[in-house]
Formats: sequence, C-alpha cells, structure tokens
Amino acid sequence: MTQVPLKPITRNEIAQKIALCIPEGSYVNLGIGMPTLVANYLPADKDIFLHSENGILGMGPAPQKGQEDWDLINAGKQPVTLLPGGAFFHQADSFAMMRGGHLDICVLGAFQVSQAGDLASWHTGEPSAIPAVGGAMDLAVGAKKTFVMMEHLTKEGVSKLVQTCTYPLTGVACVAMVFTDLGIFEITPTGFLVKELFNGMSLESVQAVTNAQLTLN
Amino acid sequence: MINKILTQMSDAFVGLKDGATIMIGGFGGSGIPHDLIDCLVEQDAKELVIITNNAGSGETGIAALLKSRRVRKIVCSYPRMADSHHFETLYRAGQIELELVPQGNLAERIRAQGAGLGGFFTQTAYGTLLAEGKETRLINGKHYVFETPLAADFALVRALRADRYGNLVYRKAGRNFGPVMAMAAKTTIAQVSEVVEIGTLDPEAVVTPGIFVQHIALVRGE
Repeated sequence: MTQVPLKPITRNEIAQKIALCIPEGSYVNLGIGMPTLVANYLPADKDIFLHSENGILGMGPAPQKGQEDWDLINAGKQPVTLLPGGAFFHQADSFAMMRGGHLDICVLGAFQVSQAGDLASWHTGEPSAIPAVGGAMDLAVGAKKTFVMMEHLTKEGVSKLVQTCTYPLTGVACVAMVFTDLGIFEITPTGFLVKELFNGMSLESVQAVTNAQLTLN
Repeated sequence: MINKILTQMSDAFVGLKDGATIMIGGFGGSGIPHDLIDCLVEQDAKELVIITNNAGSGETGIAALLKSRRVRKIVCSYPRMADSHHFETLYRAGQIELELVPQGNLAERIRAQGAGLGGFFTQTAYGTLLAEGKETRLINGKHYVFETPLAADFALVRALRADRYGNLVYRKAGRNFGPVMAMAAKTTIAQVSEVVEIGTLDPEAVVTPGIFVQHIALVRGE
C-alpha cells in the first residue's frame, strides 16, 4: 500500500465546521467531550439555544473562577451559566424535548458510524468495561438531526467510518452527518456521500484510509 | 392542621424494610439530598434497590450507602463517574446488580409510574443491547421498544423551598429527577433549605404540588 499524505484539521477546526451548519433559531444539544467545543464557535450575533440533558435550555459558557454554582452544571457535570431567556425543567421534560423530536440538532462523539447511519458510541463491549449510557441513546434517535464529530481514524489508524459497526450500537440508522478531521460526510441511502474534504485532500487519499465506500455527488 | 415538616429526619424512614426500593434524586453533584442519604445510611434496612442517575462517587452519599453493602441492585443510566470506586469494586466482584437504563427511559419509566401508566413504547435503544429481549412494535413505520414503569417505596429529593403542605420549588438544574421521583414513590421525602408560610409560594411557580410529597426535611445553612 502506498503511503498517502493526509492533511487533517484540528478538533477546533472541526468544531468550527459544525458551527457553520447550525442555523439561527436552532435548539441544539452538544454531547459530552469533543462536541462541547462547538459552543466556542457559535456566532454571538445569532440566537442559538443550547440544551443540556439535565434540564437547561439557554445554557451559557463556563462561569468566571469563583462564580461556580454547583446546581448549574452541564451534562458533563461541569459548571455553566444560564443566558437571559433560559429555562429549567425536570428530566422527563428534558428528555421529551429529545424523544419528542423537538431538538433540531445534536452533536455526538462516536467510536464508529456505519454507512447506514448506525451509531456506536457508548460501550466498547469489553467484558471488563463498566457500561454507562447516560442520554446518548435518547439523543441519537430523538433529535431531528444527529451529527457525529470524531477523528476519522482511531489512534491505531483504523477507520471509524465502517460498513457495519463492530461495537455495540447506540442507535440504528440515526446519524445524518459525520464531521471528521478529514472531511464532512452525509449519510444517504447509498452510503457516505462526501460533502467536503479538507486541505485539498483527494477522494483517493481519504478513501484509502476509510473502510467504507465514499461517493462524490 | 397538616404539617409535613419533620421534627426529626429519621421519623420519615419509619416503615423502611429490607428489600425496599428507594429513588434518589440528583444528577452529578446537583440536586442531591445529602442529609437524607446520610440518614438512610444510618438505617438498618438491607437488600435495598436504589434508583438514581449516577452510582455515587467519593466516600459520602450514595457511595457510602454502597460501601455499607446494603444495596442489592442499582438502576441507573451512568454508574461510571470520577472516583466511583465503591460501585466499581462491588460491580467487578459481582456483589451488586446493575440495571443500566438510558437516561430518558429512566425519567419516563419513573414518570409513567407516577402517572399510573402500565408502560410506554419508545424508539430509544431499539436495536441495541439495552433493548434485548424486550417487546417491540412497529408504529407509524418506526420501531419502538416497550418499557415498564419504575415504582419505589421511598423517594429522596432535594428542593430549595417548601411550605408545610409539601409544595416545592427547586433550584436551577438541581431540579432534575425530583419532580418525577416525587410522583412515583409511595413516600416522598424532600430535603429543603427553606420553609415558608402557606400562601408565600407563588402558585403559578410551584413545581411539585404537595400531593406528591409526604415529608419535608428542613436543612438550613447550605
């Protein structure tokens, strides 16, 4: 196999790409981990409402040091703030926002996404791992659009875009778009459709490291 | 005169038996009824089933309850937290049963019990390990999984303010599971920081009406 020069973008640059795809007026849930970076790139002059599964709409950035309020935390249990016009509600209402199809977009991390839009993000399936799921399964199938934000390859260089997930699923056929450090891919009835490849990379070079068929329009 | 304010917190746990199911509110560190959990740890009942979002961390609260080895089973969505070592030790030793429930199913199963429903169909977890063996149904072209209600003998919740009728308002995201757990348990005990006179709470702003609350534990100075 020939060595293919990949020119990945940074996590912050992926976050920026996702932020550009979020229209004004959207109600958005950003998953724990990498997706929280997206909040840093949402345009300040647009009204975009961040939802936190523990019962917040209109979630704002982290408070100043010393101003933390431990009754005001995000899904990752980190202190946050509430923006003017925000609201609090209980868990059943919070998840009704997801499960009832009221949230416009959620952004989740993943271990694998299949060409059918199956998502694997919660469990490696290893017997020694303590399983924990939180709100991932509710978000994955509940939001109108589920975006995935992840590195294209594992640390070992294995493709996270796959034909069929080998890790336990979080949701079936639930992913709309995948944003990786190599490109943006839409899930279509015929598999991964390339929307953008970064830094001028060719389809061949990205296809060479991807264990699923990529197609151009 | 109805007065749900406890003079002694432990009075609320009269009737707690071995094998009881107890819901405990809170998400991460927010909305946790710390003093009620401490009081529960001091009781003798064994073989408890605990329904709560996280499995405790550090040495206090739910972690202390687990450490006392009086919990047979925990029903939760996210047992793994920073420093959740008491749960991990018991789980790896096979000394505690874990029923892992997606967080929305957890909330809705609790709410279903409170609303007297026999269960509900949801799209969450369809086709995953957490739906294995469960009844499914195709509704309007989409796959749904049947989920049953979760009931409890006791619910321990944390609110900000109460009156003697048991009406509650909460504080910020500390509200989390409080309102649904209060509806689902036979006996709900709310830990509050402040008790006000009847008529003081704005009726438009009451979140949990007193019908769902049996006891109020006032713990000042927090």
